[in-house]
Formats: sequence, C-alpha cells, structure tokens
Amino acid sequence: MILVLADHDRGELSELSLQAVEQGRQLAQTSGVPLHALVVGTGGSAAAASLGAYGVATVHLAVHDGLTDYAPAASARAAAELVARLAPLAVVGVGDQRGNEVLAHLGAITELPVAADCTSVVLGDPTAVVRARWGGNLAEHALLHAPVALVSVVPHAVRAGVPGNGVAAVEEFTPELADADLLVHVVDRTAEVGGGISLTEAKVIVSGGRGVGSAEGFGMLEELAGLLGGAIGASRVVTSAGWRPQAEQVGQTGTKVSPDLYIACGISGASQHLAGMASSKTIIVINNDADAPIMSHADYAVIGDLHKILPAVIEATRAALA
Amino acid sequence: MEVLVCIKRVPLSGGRFVLTDDSTEIDTKRLGFTVSPHEETAVEVAVRLIEAHGGSSTVLTLGVPESEEQMREAMAIGIDRGILLETDGAEWDGQATAAAIADAVRADGTAFDLILFGNESADAAGSQVGVRVAHLLGRPVLTGLKGLSVADGRLRGERPIAGGREVFEVPLPAVASVKDGVAIPRYPSVPGRIRAKKKPIERSTPARPPSRLEKVSFTLPAETGKRATVLGNGPEAADAVVDVFRKIGAI
Repeated sequence: MILVLADHDRGELSELSLQAVEQGRQLAQTSGVPLHALVVGTGGSAAAASLGAYGVATVHLAVHDGLTDYAPAASARAAAELVARLAPLAVVGVGDQRGNEVLAHLGAITELPVAADCTSVVLGDPTAVVRARWGGNLAEHALLHAPVALVSVVPHAVRAGVPGNGVAAVEEFTPELADADLLVHVVDRTAEVGGGISLTEAKVIVSGGRGVGSAEGFGMLEELAGLLGGAIGASRVVTSAGWRPQAEQVGQTGTKVSPDLYIACGISGASQHLAGMASSKTIIVINNDADAPIMSHADYAVIGDLHKILPAVIEATRAALA
Repeated sequence: MEVLVCIKRVPLSGGRFVLTDDSTEIDTKRLGFTVSPHEETAVEVAVRLIEAHGGSSTVLTLGVPESEEQMREAMAIGIDRGILLETDGAEWDGQATAAAIADAVRADGTAFDLILFGNESADAAGSQVGVRVAHLLGRPVLTGLKGLSVADGRLRGERPIAGGREVFEVPLPAVASVKDGVAIPRYPSVPGRIRAKKKPIERSTPARPPSRLEKVSFTLPAETGKRATVLGNGPEAADAVVDVFRKIGAI
C-alpha cells in the first residue's frame, strides 16, 4: 500500500494535503495497491472521514493524550509505527514546511533516505524521482535506494483530486510515544498583527521590486491591492532594504505563492523571485524593461514607468468598480 | 553559551543556470560562491546570541577545501573558529551529511548548547540535515524558524502559519533551523576581515558513504515558451489592464 501523511490544522485538511493524497492515489493505482492515510490527533477525525472521497481506502487516526496540536517528532513516530507494521511501498508527504519536517523525522527514525519536493515519482528498485532544486529553477533526476520510498510532493505539482463518493475505513490507534517525541509541539499561537490577508491565501498579490524605488512608493501598490482585495508582496531586494517587512518577501527563501493574479511592479525576475511566484495563474508585469527575464514568465505586460502607470491603473480600476 | 552554525558553499546564481556537458553539475566556471540566505541569517543569529549571552561560536562546513572562503566570511562578522569537513566535491546526500556532522560534533567534544542550520540549502534543498543531526545527537529540533530567542536555558521559536505564527519552546541543548529574515546579516568590517584570517580552522576528511538518494542528472525546466502579451506602453494601457482584471474575474 501507499501511505499518505495528511496534514491538517485543527481539523482542516490543507489544499496541499489533498494534492499529496492525489499523488499517493496515482502511485497506488499504478502499483495496484490500496491507498492509506495517516491523520494525527483527535482533532483530525473529521478530516480523516473526508479522505475517502479522495480515494483513500483506510485512514489511520493516531490518538494520544499528548497529541493535542502539531507535534512533528510525535507525528513521525506514529508514521514509523505504521511503516513497521504495514510495510508501505512509499510514504508521501506534503512538500511544505510541516510536511518536510515530519518526513525528515521519519527518515531519521527509520534510517531511510528522504526525497523532498518531488515533481515526479516512479516506484521501483530503485525508485526514480524528479526533485525541484533551487526553488524549481533546476530539476534533479535522482534514484532513491530504499525499501520504502519517503517522498514529499512539491506544492502545485499535481492538482487535488475531484471528490467522489468513496468512504474510508477509519482505524484509530494509539502510537507508542516517549516524552522526547512530545517535547516539540505548538505551545502558543499568535495572530498576525495588522490582520491583513495573508500572502499564501491571497487571490491577488500586488508585488513590488527595486523599481518601486522607496518604501513610500509602495503606497500605490497598497491602494491597488486594497481595490482588488489583495495582499502586498515584495522581492528580496525590497525586504533587505527595509522598505517592506520581511514577511512579505516572495521567493525561494521567502513565501511561495500561487494566487489567481500576481501583479509584478518593477521586478526584473531573478530566479530567487521566480521560484516563489511562477506558478501564479495570471501574471501581469509593469516594468520599464521590455527584455526583463520576468517577461518570459508573465502573461501580460505594460512597459513604462510604473510611477505613472500605477496611478492610471488605480483610477481605471476605481472607475470600473464604481 | 556555545553555538555551532552549519553552512554550505553554493554557487551564486543570478538568473539561468548553465549545466556541464554531461548535465550532472552546474557549470560554475563563471560563477562566484556564497551560502544560502537562510544560512547567512543563521550565522548572524549565532553571533548575536554570543554577544548577548557570552561564550563562543563555531562554524562547520562539509564541502570542498575552497569552502574556507565562506567560513572566513562568517568569521569576519564574529564567528570564533571553524570545523571544515573536506570533500572532493562529489555530492553527499542528507543522510550522509548529517552523519558526518554528528560525528564531527562528537569528535570535537564541545558541549554545544545550540546547533543552527538554514532551513534548507539553496542548492540541494533536502530539508532534513538539521532534523537528522538532532536525532543522531538525541536533541529536540525546531525548524523553519522566523523568530528565535534563548532565555533561562530554553529556546523559543516562531514560524508563520496561515493568519499568524505558531510558537514552540524546547530546553537546551537543542538544534534549530532558521529562515531568511530572522535577523538581517551585518556587513563585515575591515578589522573583522583581518581578524578572520587568523582564526583557527580544524580540517578533517570524512569518507563518503554510498548515496541512498543518488543524483543522476540535472535538467533545466522547459522553456515556458511564454512571452508576455504587451498591453501597451505607459499609462494609456490602464484600461487594457482593467480589461484583464475583468476577464479573469479579479473585479
């Protein structure tokens, strides 16, 4: 069987988890084996029940007094128990911070290699994977020499499946956990100050680079973002210069986003930045350089001085909304 | 306190990569070298912790002998000494890298209160070495931190989630991986650079075990073949932009 590590946040399955489930379903189908999933924590029981619709035959729900919120080492210990008991062909996780963290723990506990951020997995001996390197600017073709393939799926490499009317059997179990496994867990949560729309959830992102010229220059971007119900993004140059908070950095070492609309203002398109936004559905560029690298990743462009173009776009948008 | 920070020498990539003829490596003939922004941040965090709490800091690298260049950069902003695990340039997978680092930590004998990593390296991005080292040394590990503080023998770390931040707290000794932006790295001073040249680096040459995640080749992502449709030049194009907003349902 194939085991998917389905991440949920207080009961809610993430979109990325559904993508990992879909990758797992395809692997299970190709190999002619059933698809199982691990959901950790009692809070995940609703999430567990919903997985049947996405092709999961059996959900293992790990329940333990110490598992009240996200706890990576404990989740991995629960997964390791299933790996030992059920000998899956592969364990598929989400290629995000949490998913890769749990897989790394699982790799350490089971002493198995881990291939993170895969865009393609062909199970076999060895298993052949393609991984995203340099934030997706380079693809690595690699062989995974292991009895169980531990892989994570890079976000948005596959689409989440369409829910059907399948029903999963939910089997509760209590993993054997040591105190050390439970040492790392969420002790507190803080709400974002400002309460704006978060970058990862925003449908529209208005993003600025060096060409915006100053912290004050972002006023225009904020105005446009406000009209479109969007969030502000920034290139690394901008956050390093202190024009915008670091939390707004889009890129390989910042946040990776894929909104419906990404408006790139004064951004040339270094690979560091492209790695974070190239999967946006529609990209509009406002730039004075018609030959900037970002042009070959964008759908639409307006060439010229963004300090003149943005006010005109804001005015036209306001008129269209009126 | 004693802090160890682990860094990795990687090519300084600007735009597109050029591969070697056999497509197994990045052609670095025309490239400089650096470390990931995550690791620059880790070095800055290490220096700040020692400034605040006293003690000493060490930088460790597994890489080619030329990695000394990146270690000296770290020393120039305040790291005290180095441990260089020399390789011939062949790639080490995450498991092998972690084993070599854990061995080096044990052999060094310093009781490191905190071992810092970048969340993932800029090049291989296996997102696992820090966690594996923590398991090998029997320590708790926090990853992907965007905020970090040490007080009363405990490490507190924060990382972003949708709508806010989640907070973790573990006792020292611990392992942590950080992300770009926790602390803006300072620029080295000229006296700092001069001092860095004299700081000690201990070298050894660990043996590389067979790769269990074995790199075969690289390919460049297919040319998108995409070329942006130019809606116009200057402010006159504003209406065409709004037409796109309408077409995709943004307004």
